[in-house]
Amino acid sequence: MGKLIGWIDDRFPLTKMWNEHLAEYYAPKNFNFWYFFGSLALMVLVIQIISGIFLTMHYKPDAATAFASVEYIMRDVPYGWLIRYIHSTGATAFFVVVYLHMLRGLMYGSYKQPRELIWLFGMFIYLALMAEAFMGYLLPWGQMSYWGAQVIISLFSAIPVIGDDLTLWIRGDFVIGDATLNRFFALHVIALPFVLVFLVIAHIIALHEVGSNNPDGVEIKKNKDANGIPLDGIPFHPYYSVKDIVGVVVFLFFFSVIMFYFPDGGGYMLEHANFIASDPLKTPEHIAPVWYFTPFYAILRAVPDKLLGVGAMGAAIVLLFFMPWIDRCKVKSIRYRSVIYKVNLSVFVVSFVVLGWLAMQPVTGMITFMSQLFSFFYFAFFVVLYITSKNESTLPVPDRVTS
Amino acid sequence: MKNITMKYKLIPLFMAVAVLLMPVMATAASGGVHLDNAPIDISDKESLRRGAQAFGDYCYSCHAASFMRFNRIAKDLEMEEQDVRDMLIHTRGKKGEPSKIGDVMKVSMTDDYARNAFGTAVPDLSLTARARGADWVYTYLRSFYVDPYRPTGMNNTVFPDVGMPHVLWRLQGLQEPVYKKVVHGDVEVEELESFKQIQAGSLSSDEYDQFVADLVNFMVYIAEPVQMERRSLGWKVLLFLVILFGFAYALKKEYWKDVH
Repeated sequence: MGKLIGWIDDRFPLTKMWNEHLAEYYAPKNFNFWYFFGSLALMVLVIQIISGIFLTMHYKPDAATAFASVEYIMRDVPYGWLIRYIHSTGATAFFVVVYLHMLRGLMYGSYKQPRELIWLFGMFIYLALMAEAFMGYLLPWGQMSYWGAQVIISLFSAIPVIGDDLTLWIRGDFVIGDATLNRFFALHVIALPFVLVFLVIAHIIALHEVGSNNPDGVEIKKNKDANGIPLDGIPFHPYYSVKDIVGVVVFLFFFSVIMFYFPDGGGYMLEHANFIASDPLKTPEHIAPVWYFTPFYAILRAVPDKLLGVGAMGAAIVLLFFMPWIDRCKVKSIRYRSVIYKVNLSVFVVSFVVLGWLAMQPVTGMITFMSQLFSFFYFAFFVVLYITSKNESTLPVPDRVTS
Repeated sequence: MKNITMKYKLIPLFMAVAVLLMPVMATAASGGVHLDNAPIDISDKESLRRGAQAFGDYCYSCHAASFMRFNRIAKDLEMEEQDVRDMLIHTRGKKGEPSKIGDVMKVSMTDDYARNAFGTAVPDLSLTARARGADWVYTYLRSFYVDPYRPTGMNNTVFPDVGMPHVLWRLQGLQEPVYKKVVHGDVEVEELESFKQIQAGSLSSDEYDQFVADLVNFMVYIAEPVQMERRSLGWKVLLFLVILFGFAYALKKEYWKDVH
């Protein structure tokens, strides 16, 4: 065995990589609950790729047969229903895990110097994930697939001058049709997964270059022992590999509860109208995007002008990219930051959740007003942060991590 | 120091609660008509078999269930294939032979014929219970009323001006709606209060409700035939995960003993 590894090591940096990324990657010893979601996101990505490969073996990306092929998977393919529910539940799980992972970054200042690139790679992962989910949702070719895509693609027509030609180019037809389905399939199963995997690798390499942040926001590399090992660090493997296995099992428990007992998630994961085959002549009464897009959809609906609405929706995402530069406070962790920051972040999180709920409601005067109010709070987070973070009154940060 | 850190640890906890509350807040908005709760039980095979009989007798000559196979029904409902043939197979193949037990439940009525007869194509019922919900179907089938202005002489409070005739009228009899006036703000609107039986059918009101419940039960089953298997596999997986958790947690504890 040792001989074989030696043979490989002479030709490929196997042991070197194992050590750099696992056995001698020193992670802070004070990771808490919030630090499970990174490894979980990676696992969900693998689940989605594997279940997706099996779905591709039976799915037909053809407007005439797509809807029926999904029902064929659900009924006639042995354990096809299980694969399909794994994949559809996985989509929701992916966003749950990623949102919690991002919130962790916001709480503990994980985007700050020297981790700006990790955050940027992460934001690009999030963007690619949204595109991946959006295109995947067209594939079952139900009413919501069709009309949801219709609404989203038509947003591009708000762009002046090139808007109409751009939407035509995206759809490949004057309406959403076979051409659209085929290209979305190609992007969903090949192009975007490639991009996602590449970005995830970049995200992890960047992380392992600078080292992990932690709930105290203390740089553990500042305190090293005689051998150059951080005093507050422990090797990722075996300590965090065995700890993450516990997280994985707990996660899979909740995942299985949803998948086996509430696979359509009360109509929020598999929308009821998506059990009707797509019909270009019948608009559903109420078109709502799947839950993970709803906060941004609420911002879009809150603005009366279409172009400005699209701009606001885009800005809501783009602003997050600039977090490392909007937040000018030197202290990383929320534990040692001012009350202003704590309140500001709490309002932001609540606004995000409330906006998500608002987008699922039919439009009324009250709903629009509330959408505007909470959109205001959403954007106010960044403004307040930029202004108050420069000279924020913070608590003293300890030299070493607290246990 | 200890106290202060504890306090800061509560903030992330607060946020976790806020995020986890999301699905609770997202309670569905109810649209328009009041729907009755469908008294169905998908594990009641007797009810499912009665529902299959009702479906074959009353629905399955206009409506197809073209994702459903006859022999799947035989297997899931624990019936002899010959009984399923007798109960459900009315269609024939190209040479005039009866449809095979492995075929899907298609009908011979074409969309063009249906448009001429009812003004609309007849929807496939494979997934209706999933798209509309069991309560909707249950209420809909009990909400036909006499309306001389409609071509079929019948209308429906759940699906106004529906093209479908009341095929179950001999069973239910005929009824007309009773409205009450309700004031919403300063607008007075009429709301359905109840139905008044004006001609008795062959079934009593309770018997008819049970008949419809069996039929809806069957429709819920064909919308997702795997649901019984899904639930029975589910608890085994969960049990496995609980046991695995014990091992995983013990392993973690063992390794972390020396981390201080």
